[in-house]
Amino acid sequence: MNPVNYLYLAALLFTIGAAGVLIRRNAIVVFMCVELMLNACNLAFVAFSRMHGNLDGQIIAFFTMVVAAAEVVVGLAIIVSVFRSRHSASVDDASLMKL
Amino acid sequence: MENLIALLIAAPLLGAGLLLCGGRRLDRVGHILGTLLAAASFVIGVVLFADMLGRSGDDRALHQHLFSWIPVESFQADIAFQLDQLSMTFVLLITGVGTLIHIYSIGYMEHDERRRRFFGYLNLFLAAMLLLVLADNYLLLYFGWEGVGLASYLLIGFWQHKPSAATAAKKAFLVNRVGDMGLSIAIMLMFTTFGTFAFGPVLESTGQASSGTITGIGLMLLLAACGKSAQVPLQSWLGDAMEGPTPVSALIHAATMVTAGVYLITRSGAIFNASPDAQLVVVIVGAVTLLFGAIVGCAKDDIKKALAGSTMSQIGYMILAAGLGPIGYVFAIMHLVTHGFFKAGLFLGAGSVMHGMNDEVDMRKYGGLRKYMPVTFVTFGLGYLAIIGFPGLSGFWSKDKIIEAAFAKGGTEGWILGAVTLLGAALTAYYMTRVMLMTFFGEKRWQPDAEGNEPKPHESPKSMTIPMIVLAFGSVFAGGLFSLNESFVKWLEPVTQFEHGHPPISAAAVTTLTVVVLLIGVGVAYLQYGRKPVPVTAPRGSLVTRAARRDLLQDDFNHVVLVRGGEHLTRSLVYVDHTLVDGVVNGTAASFGGLSGRLRKLQNGYARSYAVSMFGGTAVLIAATLLMRAV
Amino acid sequence: MNTLAASLTSTGEAVQFWILGTIAVIGALCTILMRRAVHSALCLAGTMIVLAVFYLANGAYFLGIVQIVVYTGAIMMLFLFVVMLVGVTAADSLTETIKGQRWWAAACGLGFGILLIAGIGNASLTTFTGLGVANAGGNVEGLAALIFTKYVFAFEITGALLITASIGAMVLTHRERTERALTQREMSEKRVRSKHLPPLPAPGVYARHNAVDIAGLLPDGSASELTVSKTLKDRGQIRDVSGEAIADLKALEQRSSERLGRADRLGREDREDREEGVTK
Repeated sequence: MNPVNYLYLAALLFTIGAAGVLIRRNAIVVFMCVELMLNACNLAFVAFSRMHGNLDGQIIAFFTMVVAAAEVVVGLAIIVSVFRSRHSASVDDASLMKL
Repeated sequence: MENLIALLIAAPLLGAGLLLCGGRRLDRVGHILGTLLAAASFVIGVVLFADMLGRSGDDRALHQHLFSWIPVESFQADIAFQLDQLSMTFVLLITGVGTLIHIYSIGYMEHDERRRRFFGYLNLFLAAMLLLVLADNYLLLYFGWEGVGLASYLLIGFWQHKPSAATAAKKAFLVNRVGDMGLSIAIMLMFTTFGTFAFGPVLESTGQASSGTITGIGLMLLLAACGKSAQVPLQSWLGDAMEGPTPVSALIHAATMVTAGVYLITRSGAIFNASPDAQLVVVIVGAVTLLFGAIVGCAKDDIKKALAGSTMSQIGYMILAAGLGPIGYVFAIMHLVTHGFFKAGLFLGAGSVMHGMNDEVDMRKYGGLRKYMPVTFVTFGLGYLAIIGFPGLSGFWSKDKIIEAAFAKGGTEGWILGAVTLLGAALTAYYMTRVMLMTFFGEKRWQPDAEGNEPKPHESPKSMTIPMIVLAFGSVFAGGLFSLNESFVKWLEPVTQFEHGHPPISAAAVTTLTVVVLLIGVGVAYLQYGRKPVPVTAPRGSLVTRAARRDLLQDDFNHVVLVRGGEHLTRSLVYVDHTLVDGVVNGTAASFGGLSGRLRKLQNGYARSYAVSMFGGTAVLIAATLLMRAV
Repeated sequence: MNTLAASLTSTGEAVQFWILGTIAVIGALCTILMRRAVHSALCLAGTMIVLAVFYLANGAYFLGIVQIVVYTGAIMMLFLFVVMLVGVTAADSLTETIKGQRWWAAACGLGFGILLIAGIGNASLTTFTGLGVANAGGNVEGLAALIFTKYVFAFEITGALLITASIGAMVLTHRERTERALTQREMSEKRVRSKHLPPLPAPGVYARHNAVDIAGLLPDGSASELTVSKTLKDRGQIRDVSGEAIADLKALEQRSSERLGRADRLGREDREDREEGVTK
């Protein structure tokens, strides 16, 4: 098997995640889909790291994880406060900017 | 000596400025001041004339360059004057007759509280007219031309409280404007063709331009002349312009302003000589107007309008003569000068009659006035004899020469023109005799008016009669003086060229014919108006008479063709504007509105929709990248 | 370690890839298709564990462990906590309310995926260097050497980011107390005055009603039979309100679709009017 398959898998997962972001209305699930996309990227980075024979790809994946953790913390906090004030976690409800 | 030329214009211009801006302080001396400045201009003119006589024929022209008006590269417009024999003739006529009319107006306008203003306008008119005839280029001439139009507008509408006067002034101004367009187009054509509009270079280089261009310039100049000189088809303003005070009618519509067209054509003689087509049109216009004016004059009961018709007809003579080329120019100008004398005299006489008759203008309410106003009767009578061409008087000499020149045109044209001019002479004799008989002979026909004021005919004051007497002298002797030893021909020949015409019949025969038709005209008029009392209310008359009373339907024609036509044109343009132009504009706006209404829905406020756009955009970016790599 | 250097992997890895890859894709699909957020979270956790195995297979031993410990262990638990906090209404309707959203999402997703895969196929990725040399001194040591030398600034900055994020989360979720906290005595007095003399429902159960014949709801929205007395159950006198959450959801969908319809019809009406219609 050619290790490029890892890249194909990453692309597939990324696309699925993106489609989830577009389809789901629950903010938490949307967030999970974003995480899925990030993980797909990480897989690609790790595969690239193996391809090029150095560890920089893994470093980037590591940083991605850290940033994703930060993002999840803040994002979930936002979801919780939005839910507190609006009693809804639907992204469609937060559409006050609509004319 | 040439420095005096500017003073000719400056004197009346100063008068206009002082009288119009001076305010009430000048009310008491305004008329004297205006008259004195007009007289000063006349004196300067006489001095210049004497000086000019002291020099030989080809050396007589004077030039004065005052200053550069609009110097732009090749466009050099100068305030520069040219005083040659032709201009000199006009200067003397304008200032001389003008001064007399000023004097006359002192008496005529005595009771008008706006007399000072009136004299200001008269001075303005003189200044503009002098500028017109003294200019040495067409642009400055145009300036004077417009000034004359303005002054005539102000003077015709002087009694602006009368709606008819205000309307007449507007009409004169508008009709003149049509002609002015012709002049401005002619000047533009000249500039594009010759690169200049000074008289000298333009008139000397007419041979260089194509015949089409020259004909175009000639026709545009003719249009201008038609407007100013009240020639068919722009004649309709003249009759209405009689709404102005009578001195205005005498000054503007008899002696000076209407002659501007004749001056223009004569001055531009070289252009017309180079274009036989344009000349033919000039002749036709002159002939048609000649008959038109005469027919209108025959039917009018309003003494001033009858004289206005006569003016139109006589100017028609001049235009016709000017259209004949070098055989006619001199006689056109000669007739212009003699006409200036006797027509001014006739108008002043008419004014005098009106003055004594409580401003009544209907000749059917005159009658037998010769007993009440002898001076007016005699001067008017001499003017009458002059205009009908009674042998020996001014009109005879000039009109006879024009008829001769018309025959001398040669061929069928010559015969037709000769016949027309003879017919015109007969008609002139007829309508003038009619005026004379209705006004001064027969029984008195005036009645008390609605308020019970019966007119008390009386002779006018000295200030009015003296100018009439002077003009009567001119009417009697000017023509003979000019014809003595062909002095007028020799005087003008260096400017206008002159050729002796060779009529197919002898000059004596022409003269005899003229006298015969004159006698026929007088006789018919006498049979109609002298033998039996004139009815106070006008009989219904024949179809031609009724048409002539309505100025041969000129206004109806203008109304139907121009006003209605214009209305239809604008209506159709409005329709096109509303449907087509607005349709396109509104359609564009509506389609953009609809499009943005659709596009607006893309902006639905849902984060997920925006995410789709972002995602789609990313896909497109990847596609573009791949495509670029593939390429 | 040798296998990592080859341009073709070993058969074992291939088998592992195909089996676990399939599971990962199914997990991802379940994540986006599951109706309830809890299920989605669990599916996602499964996918992440598979990914951790792939990291290990690719020689990223440190990352594989971190993936399991931090991601699957910490972050996914955080997700679950929030799901619990947000409650049973987290049950999500899959009915699409935005017109054409699904078609566009499908089209874009399909196009994007195809293009991405085409791009990968198009790229010249024939040579695989492998991590044999890079991992020779140990994967963790290698990473550490890079992080603390070449990437030290990025590392410090991400540290600052984490601190900021945690403070931010605290600030966001913190609620300022506007009145004095009640003492125990005050609370008991309040309880006696109120109509709820018995204790409130036990934690872990989402009880909307205090009637004995109504079952509490489990986090997934279904009724828990354990919360009602057996006698009542036998008598068949239990009222099931688990449908209420779903009914609430239906109502929400109804509202939002009405709103969209209204927005289409009365696009020009001002916003206040529309908001009133929604709140009604």
